[in-house]
Amino acid sequence: MAEHASSRKGLSIRAAEIAVAFLTLALGALVTYTSYQLGSTWGPDGPGAGYFPFYIGSLICIASIVNLIQAAAAGHPAGKRIFVEWDALGRVFAVLVPAALFVVGIYLIGIYVSALFYIAAFMIWIGKYPWYKGLAVGFGVTFALFLMFEVWFLVLLPKGIYSVLGFIGY
Amino acid sequence: MHGFSVVLSPYTLMLMFVGVFLGIIVGVLPGLGGANGVAILLPLTFAMPPATAIVMLSCIYWGALFGGAITSILFNIPGEPWSVATTFDGYPMAQQGRAGEALTASFTSSFFGALCAVIMITFIAPAVANFALSFGPPEFFSVYFLTFCSFIGMGREKPAKIIVSMMIGFALAAVGIDIVTGQLRLTFGFTELLRGFNFLIAVIGLFGIGEILLSMEEGLSFTGKSAKISLRVVLETWRRLPRFWGTALRSMVIGCWLGVTPGGATPASFMAYGVAKRTSRDGDKFGTGQMEGVVAPEVANNAAGTSALLPMIALGIPGSPTAAVLLGGLMIWGLQPGPLLFKEQPDFVWGLIASMYLGNIATLILVLTCVPFFAAILRIPFSIIAPVIVVICAVGAYTVSNAQSDIWFMLVFGVVGYLFKKLDYPLAPLVLALVLGDMAESAFRQSMLMAQGDLRIFFSNWLVGGITGLALFALFWPLISGLLARLRAPKARGATT
Repeated sequence: MAEHASSRKGLSIRAAEIAVAFLTLALGALVTYTSYQLGSTWGPDGPGAGYFPFYIGSLICIASIVNLIQAAAAGHPAGKRIFVEWDALGRVFAVLVPAALFVVGIYLIGIYVSALFYIAAFMIWIGKYPWYKGLAVGFGVTFALFLMFEVWFLVLLPKGIYSVLGFIGY
Repeated sequence: MHGFSVVLSPYTLMLMFVGVFLGIIVGVLPGLGGANGVAILLPLTFAMPPATAIVMLSCIYWGALFGGAITSILFNIPGEPWSVATTFDGYPMAQQGRAGEALTASFTSSFFGALCAVIMITFIAPAVANFALSFGPPEFFSVYFLTFCSFIGMGREKPAKIIVSMMIGFALAAVGIDIVTGQLRLTFGFTELLRGFNFLIAVIGLFGIGEILLSMEEGLSFTGKSAKISLRVVLETWRRLPRFWGTALRSMVIGCWLGVTPGGATPASFMAYGVAKRTSRDGDKFGTGQMEGVVAPEVANNAAGTSALLPMIALGIPGSPTAAVLLGGLMIWGLQPGPLLFKEQPDFVWGLIASMYLGNIATLILVLTCVPFFAAILRIPFSIIAPVIVVICAVGAYTVSNAQSDIWFMLVFGVVGYLFKKLDYPLAPLVLALVLGDMAESAFRQSMLMAQGDLRIFFSNWLVGGITGLALFALFWPLISGLLARLRAPKARGATT
């Protein structure tokens, strides 16, 4: 606890293991319960719709409990190991949150414009690039995607509710 | 041979090189692997004739198999789990300034391994398919059972974690309309879930987004060794390689054997490395940059990666996530995978097999000539690569079935992939279960109907009983091998991994 804990702070592996095991346990219980409701037994014309998933759900539960016990029993030496340091977790969210905003942007202004802004913003804020470089790369990549999908392969991608590209006929 | 005439048109040959090229890029870029690359590019091939499309996609696969070695050797970053063993001796060689030799050795060994596996497929696959024509639902379910049991028995992760991951895959496969009764399952009233989960979305999210999150967490910089391959280095290395023929042959056998059983490429590469280390005269120098230590895992993992296509072609059961994606492609093009494919679509199957020969040669040529270019891709700063890959993944996820909700699912799968990877939950079983879930379930239900719910049907004749027995043997292999090792030599622990 002494020298390591002060320099490296974060979520311990043990806590993360236990949390994930609880999540999978909940998922397994959910699957088991809904399958039971659907009819996990032998119906009039053979196995019901929940017959197979019922066993799947039960197996998830059993295996999750095993994981839970193993994680909880790992004790102190393993408990001190770090799953993710807090500032590393911050970096993970620095990718995840903009990515979520990018997806929201797809709904609103379409995938191309949203991608342009996303790439540019990521480069400027996280990569510390000057704004003109970010915009240039963003534009280049989006334009290449546009040519490839809309023009060459004729696969239409979402333009969003407020289509910005309407003026060029797309 | 007939297949070659399918492949040898200028258009197909061009697509072959395009596929290999894209495959290497996909293999080199962090966050994009073989499975992912094929999944993202799959929608682009919907308009092509199936034989052409499969040639291009399988070439992406070859490219990615070879490309993984580039990152392992130059950057000490294994692109795929089965290239981990290549870093042991490959990266030290690069540090000593022998990157060119290491790369040439690895590419040539990959080529050798893949070629041997293709030859094996050519001769064995038709026989296996013929044999499988007599299979009924119980036999098919027992083969699925064998597939999943060998994952649990051979996996390097904890069995309970493999089971959780696999069963989540099955549960996700069950979402949507039940094909037998027409009831809705596990949709919880969301209309987006009616279609069920497409495994391509899962692949793109789990492997692509998950990998990006991991690389981001580990910091953005990777420092690589530069590589120049000149003709002289290639010839020099080729002159020295035949000395390792023994290692190569042993690794090839290990690779082909483990490749046919699913999930085999990773254990195959480690096992080949271990065997080479034990049998080699320079065994104690392994890990310090021995060329033999590059040859062994590369022969094995390419032999295994290629043999993974054997059960896919002959039985319709993929042996690896990438093979699963290729199988998904078959279904989208309207081909029913399985033993009948050989009879109904000979052009397609033999075209695919022919493309394996030519694709491997094309890949070897391309990697040997273009290494500096591919290494340069890796030097593009991560803060540019990361958003671009996220965008490409989003486009790939959307085009699978033109649904914006799929992009959200992709992000969620990304977070799951990140958590699972960090906690040593394997992802491959989840993907395979998601792909095979419906087929395994209907085989199971049909068998149960045949037997009125009696599980003994899986032991009702020698064939199905044999496969089920083998499956149970694979399932309990860790226990059995542990027991054997303890009986034989109490000291020599840890040799049975």
